[in-house]
Amino acid sequence: MKRWIMVLPLAVFLLVAVFLYRGLYLDPAELPSAMIGKPFPSFSLPAVEGEKTLTQADLLGKPALVNVWGTWCVSCRVEHPVLNKLAEQGVLIYGVNYKDDNAAALKWLKDFHNPYQLNIRDEQGTLGLDLGVYGAPETFLIDAKGIIRHKFVGVVDETVWREQLAALYQGLVDEVRP
Amino acid sequence: MRRWLAAAVLGLSLAGVAHAAIDTYQFADDAERERYHDLTKELRCPKCQNQDIADSNAPIAADLRREIFRMLGEGKSNQQIIDFMVDRYGDFVRYKPALTARTWLLWFGPGVLLLGGVVVLAVIVRKRRTPVINGTADLSPEERERLAKLLEKEQTHD
Repeated sequence: MKRWIMVLPLAVFLLVAVFLYRGLYLDPAELPSAMIGKPFPSFSLPAVEGEKTLTQADLLGKPALVNVWGTWCVSCRVEHPVLNKLAEQGVLIYGVNYKDDNAAALKWLKDFHNPYQLNIRDEQGTLGLDLGVYGAPETFLIDAKGIIRHKFVGVVDETVWREQLAALYQGLVDEVRP
Repeated sequence: MRRWLAAAVLGLSLAGVAHAAIDTYQFADDAERERYHDLTKELRCPKCQNQDIADSNAPIAADLRREIFRMLGEGKSNQQIIDFMVDRYGDFVRYKPALTARTWLLWFGPGVLLLGGVVVLAVIVRKRRTPVINGTADLSPEERERLAKLLEKEQTHD
């Protein structure tokens, strides 16, 4: 019997161990988005505030965060102060009010401050469906041409912003400047 | 006793209902109903990890069921409906992922592993068998003589 065969079980064990160890740090709730690299889906929906109708063309021109939120979403409440802070710092944020009651949304914006440049009223969740949204909050990064470049599922807190999104957003901003 | 039996039977009949979400959709015909069932069984709820959208009570699963119902009404084919979902939610939503370069390992990995196991087993079995089959074949005449003597000794011992 050749010697190397004796080492084979150990090698297999180590290989499996590496995979399992990696698996410990993967979040199964985080799905890779199918929308990365695709243009923001076309839509024609009313704004949360006012009677204006918004379309995908309204999101073009500058890189931005598109934040999917709802007053029914508890974690959105945790996220909201962070968005306020980012908006203050000059980060462009658009909102998608996902499957929500508009009166409740208006009250929320009045009570907690409004960080959104525009807020799309997606009461039926049709835009959410086209975006591949499966919960809230979810945050998309779009570039100046309206292409979806990144998606983050879950609460954007200070750490997430600092460690993951800030650099990506800055990269998109720098792309626009020649 | 009969009451208990009735209660048990009723309870059991409920168990079947409990794991399927209930919607009321009117289908054009039985074929369409059948397709609806197949599709909702094959598509996976993006929110709930390991449930098909037929079983799940998550709001997103209800939305996707409604969307499937709508698309069936529009006369879309099963493939079109599945493509619609994959475009938005990725391969994750399919319990039967398409066969592509990326999913090759997923489809054939278990078969390859099984085949590998069979090969290893075959090699081991062959190796064990070899000395038994030609046990005395490659002995020199002197060794054979010694072996015969030893065996004889053994027999006289008994």
